[in-house]
Amino acid sequence: MPSSTQDRPADPVVSVDGLHKRYGSTIAVDDVGLDVHRGEIFGILGPNGAGKTTTVECLTGLRAPDRGTVRVLGLDPQRDGLALRQRVGCQLQESELPGKLRAGEALDLYSSFYEHPADGRALAARLGLTSSLDTPYAKLSGGQKQRLSIALALIGNPEIAVLDELTTGLDPQARRDTWELIEGVRDQGVTIVLVTHFMDEAERLCDRLALIDHGRVVATDTPQGLVRRAGVGQVLRFRTADPVPDERLRAVLAQVPSVEQVDVTGDDVVVRGGHDVVVATLLGLTGQGITPVAVAAERGRLEDAFVELTRRDRQHRPGADAEPTTVLEEV
Amino acid sequence: MHALRTLTLAEGRVYLRDPGTAFFALAFPTVLLLLLGLVMPGMQEPITAAIPEIAHLRGIDLYVPVALAMAITTVSLTTFPSAFGTYRERGVLRRLSTTPLPASRLLVAQVAVNVAALLVAVALALLVAVALALTVAWAVLDIVAPTRPGVVVVAFVLGALHMIALGCLLAAVVPTAGTANGLGMLLYFPLIFFAGAWMPGPLMPDSLERVAGFLPLGAAAQAMSAGWFGDGVPVQQLVVMVLWTLVLVPVAAKVFRWQ
Repeated sequence: MPSSTQDRPADPVVSVDGLHKRYGSTIAVDDVGLDVHRGEIFGILGPNGAGKTTTVECLTGLRAPDRGTVRVLGLDPQRDGLALRQRVGCQLQESELPGKLRAGEALDLYSSFYEHPADGRALAARLGLTSSLDTPYAKLSGGQKQRLSIALALIGNPEIAVLDELTTGLDPQARRDTWELIEGVRDQGVTIVLVTHFMDEAERLCDRLALIDHGRVVATDTPQGLVRRAGVGQVLRFRTADPVPDERLRAVLAQVPSVEQVDVTGDDVVVRGGHDVVVATLLGLTGQGITPVAVAAERGRLEDAFVELTRRDRQHRPGADAEPTTVLEEV
Repeated sequence: MHALRTLTLAEGRVYLRDPGTAFFALAFPTVLLLLLGLVMPGMQEPITAAIPEIAHLRGIDLYVPVALAMAITTVSLTTFPSAFGTYRERGVLRRLSTTPLPASRLLVAQVAVNVAALLVAVALALLVAVALALTVAWAVLDIVAPTRPGVVVVAFVLGALHMIALGCLLAAVVPTAGTANGLGMLLYFPLIFFAGAWMPGPLMPDSLERVAGFLPLGAAAQAMSAGWFGDGVPVQQLVVMVLWTLVLVPVAAKVFRWQ
């Protein structure tokens, strides 16, 4: 067995290395490298304009990279585009269907493009589209359009589904339903590449994710791994039972080893720090005769990790912040 | 083939569900012939030009092939490319580009739908003209029957094909419906000039007529006129139309942009 495959949890179905793409003088993707393993939900997370969409467009052969290698299911998207698109389903932003085409007709039409299509009616039923099959596309609600779009991405029985900004514009209930649906698809063995700028979505749904900022991958890990790496392990919120002067409170907290950051807003105190910061802080306070009340502890959020990791990354690249922010997502 | 058939049917349905496009494309030749025959002065008078072969014809007779050519142009340079402009604008093509469908299939499906629409439209126009001629006592539109109907039909079908192939070239690149209409109009007037919109059939000067015989639409108008009033087969014009089709469709597929 070649040694290179021994340390991998699974064979990568997507592998990108040194990807670079510019539009005119605008660098959309600077240096992106990532591996997606079979059967996982892999997130590409970043702010608008970070280069996420350009990256997935290169994955599916819609754009030719200026530099770098892209392999999807072992194929080169530029050379073997048609063969690849038989096996990869895509749902991209800013794409519609003809307004007068009915949902059911769209499913039949897209199904005819593939060698081994899924059963359109069963797919529609799973996505809750059965009652809308006779509705013209233009008359569908935002949620129905989005679900139809997911159905079209899955109609070819793909091995990989690329879903770009899946839940933008959906109401909270529809978002949750969509997340469950995507997990169901993953559980059937489809690898999902999910592009999103929603932290909660990435945290809830992704097995692993790549943080992208300014066209570069800042970090790749599980959501928990990213939080751990960023050191935004735990957050503790409390008030004190009796008024305590600010300086005294800060002096006490400064003695607690794992406390990294203290914010006081009126009566509310927020302490951030390592994984044992909650217990250490509570012990430190009570040891000094201060009684915390209305205590709430929470795990560090991916959002905090994202901010922290991108901040560190920009610090390590001198002049990065001085660059004009000319990255674009869509051109 | 399954994909092409499904796509053609779907495009056909969408086409017919748009009342504006469908009505315009289907009714235009009828309206044009009625207007020419009933409203334009002098159309019912015999031609006074000193050309013996056409001395028995009236203006409206000469204009029938030209009107058919104009009907072809209207569909192929306006409704057809602007449909693609709209598709590109709204990301319909972007969506299709993520599937294994080759661009050429999409073009072929659209060509089929639009040629079919043209055939129906012209059949309708001629039926209305004949019906009027038969029912109205003073025979407003009693146009001369073609001497060689077979030649007219072949010329019309080839004419529709090569003009829609030209439309394909626009359709392949126009970013929006607006651009499609602008570029379509830019081509529209020179082409209907060479087709004889202002100097139908034999009234066109010889040198101009020779050039027109090699141009898109000009060749179609000449071939249809030849089938209507002449007695030979317009080989050169028919070949010219086939060549335009064979060149334009692959070029359009080559330069096709999904977004």
